[in-house]
Amino acid sequence: MSLSRRGAVLLAAGALLLGACGQGDTGGAQGGSASAGKVTVEWWNISTTEPLKSFWAQKVKEYQTANPNVTIKNVPIENEAFKAKISTVTQSGKTPDIYSTWGGGVLKQQIDAGLVRDISSEAATWIADFTPAAMQAYQFDGKTYAVPSDIGMVGFWYNKALFEKAGITEPPTTWTAFLEAVKKLKASGTTPIALAGKEKWPGHYYWAYLAMRIAGLDALKQATVDDDFNKPDFVAAGAKLKELVDLQPFQKGFLGAAYGTPDGQAAAVSNGKAAMELMGQWAPVTQNDVGKGLGDDLGFFGFPAVEGGKGSPTDVFGGGGGYAIGVNAPPAAVDFVKFISRADVHRQAVESGALLPVLKGEEEAVKDPNLAVVAKALATASGFQLYLDQAYPPAVGQEVNDSVAALIAGSKTPEQVTQAVTETAKTE
Amino acid sequence: MTRPALTYERPETKAAPPRRPRTSGPPTARRRRMTGLVTITLFLLPALVLFGLLVLAPIAVAMYTSVFKWNGLGGLPTQFVGLDNFTRLFSDEVFLGDLNRGALLIGLSLLIQLPLSLAIAMLLNQKMRGRAFYRLLFFAPYVLSEVITAVLFTSILSPESGLANQILRSLGLSALESSWLAEPSTVMTSVFLVMTWKYFGFHMILYLAGRQGIPKELGEAAAIDGAGSWAQFRYVTLPLLGPTIRISVFLAIIGTIQLFDLVWVLTAGGPIHSSETMAVTMFQFGFKRSQIGYASAISVVMFLISLVFALGYQRFVMRRDTEGAITSMRDQR
Repeated sequence: MSLSRRGAVLLAAGALLLGACGQGDTGGAQGGSASAGKVTVEWWNISTTEPLKSFWAQKVKEYQTANPNVTIKNVPIENEAFKAKISTVTQSGKTPDIYSTWGGGVLKQQIDAGLVRDISSEAATWIADFTPAAMQAYQFDGKTYAVPSDIGMVGFWYNKALFEKAGITEPPTTWTAFLEAVKKLKASGTTPIALAGKEKWPGHYYWAYLAMRIAGLDALKQATVDDDFNKPDFVAAGAKLKELVDLQPFQKGFLGAAYGTPDGQAAAVSNGKAAMELMGQWAPVTQNDVGKGLGDDLGFFGFPAVEGGKGSPTDVFGGGGGYAIGVNAPPAAVDFVKFISRADVHRQAVESGALLPVLKGEEEAVKDPNLAVVAKALATASGFQLYLDQAYPPAVGQEVNDSVAALIAGSKTPEQVTQAVTETAKTE
Repeated sequence: MTRPALTYERPETKAAPPRRPRTSGPPTARRRRMTGLVTITLFLLPALVLFGLLVLAPIAVAMYTSVFKWNGLGGLPTQFVGLDNFTRLFSDEVFLGDLNRGALLIGLSLLIQLPLSLAIAMLLNQKMRGRAFYRLLFFAPYVLSEVITAVLFTSILSPESGLANQILRSLGLSALESSWLAEPSTVMTSVFLVMTWKYFGFHMILYLAGRQGIPKELGEAAAIDGAGSWAQFRYVTLPLLGPTIRISVFLAIIGTIQLFDLVWVLTAGGPIHSSETMAVTMFQFGFKRSQIGYASAISVVMFLISLVFALGYQRFVMRRDTEGAITSMRDQR
């Protein structure tokens, strides 16, 4: 008898995981327990790598010295773990006082559930300082629900020395030239591209960019309105990606590789084992953190144009990172976000190379030549598309990630990808 | 009239002297019975409340949620969809794959992992130098948490720099090198290897304990009758280990049905779902895709599979153990 009960307890623990999610009602207060004027503000962020990790710790100290009645509980959580953790707490009807967000469909779901504070009027005086491009992902129906801390774009980060060794003098600007470069790199005995197949989101960048280049930004937006991705242009994006996959450009065992682990995607580029990766503006920081780092050999080029495509080659794909404030957070939470968004404070972070400009007139603070290229490309971009797995509702975004991963692994055709995404989009 | 499990009087027991002779009249008996019930209720209450809140209520909530389409946010679910989640579940390739993979892992556990544990337990039951050390050594992996085990093995099985491939290379066995966790064709074998490494020590200890409960005289008697060591094992040891083996099979199966941590950290269910288990699929839908209703349906199916298995197994396989061997032995004591 005792055994079955034990079994039942184990089982129920599993059920509990999900069941518990149903019990919370909207908007419980997590932190913000004010006693005798003392306020604690809990701040979840994803700054687990240097220099930002120590930078924030320093800023928290400075803020607390200036505001002795406020304690900022700084909680840095690794990116993937953060995503899992935040979805768990939001489903239980709570949020931390301040937390990282990428805006888009995920933030929208939290807003619809009444978990996020509308700071449009409260912060009206200082949110005007942000560039409109940086703010875009956090504004819905003219209201502002979060503020940006970083904005960037995805592009190819490459090893100049390995490109030279393969006889490639100029970074490719068209998809055909890109495939040629991949062939040359392979012929020179170098793994052309590092990819984190286990985590799926890095793979979706390829499909998203190809879809932007071939179908154009408007078609991507329209597809989410109509819940229909079964368009020849999206199938073509998958077919182009398949051309690349057929060249077998990725490192050995890429399907099991993670992004930021010592044997993962960033490390492969950082240690000169692979020639390039398609990654966001944080790539150099992660490379230096998990591997030797490429130093001056690291270069950046934008995603190549696709011949005959409808999209402009100056359209960029990316996203930022910002901070949302929980609906029940104390006023000090807003004040702290205002503090880290202040021109002089944010400028220091930009100068350290950890963040890119989000405030007006901050551009010249970028010191690193590669990041300067990124900042310039962003400033002159003809259009902007947020990461698909953030822009779309979570189920659709994950379906894009899963299906593209299957395409890269060779188990789904380009048509099956668009069908699967359409099917999921229709049920949402 | 149902008797409570905890009897407060045991007049039938001859060994223990009766505390009070059973001469008092019926009214006293009734009063004593009432106080007994109150005591029992009071003692059971904390456990019952915990069990109800932490076990029964979540099961009920999961069942309730499983008939809704719900993203988990904003109060209670409202969009009732009947059994749609369940029909979708049984046409979902990934979930059907989960069932296959679960069956495969169970099969491999029963055919390889448990016999291996049994063999090692028999070996370590012999008189030998350093026996305690070996027992400790083989049991050690079980003490590690699943997450630590998985992190350890992701680096051991890493395709380029991993220990496994490096050893194969230095032994001149490069042909056997593999991407282990990164190939759909090898990932299940790799996961099973890690599982076996982690759990064989636990089953070994169970068998060892069971083996030591078998009186030496039985083996000696068989030896006198001319039974060799294999015959002794086959006709004396193995049948008497029956209850232990049945429990270990039970634990192995239930453990495999619920396998999560190990797989999640090793492969996150990949590549392309080829190592996904039911619990991993549930997590993917619940926390990555925010489809709590559908994820609840998966958890309900997992619960039902385990429940049916547990009840059936107890009813048909372990009944002999709970009613026969153990109780009669207790009676002899």
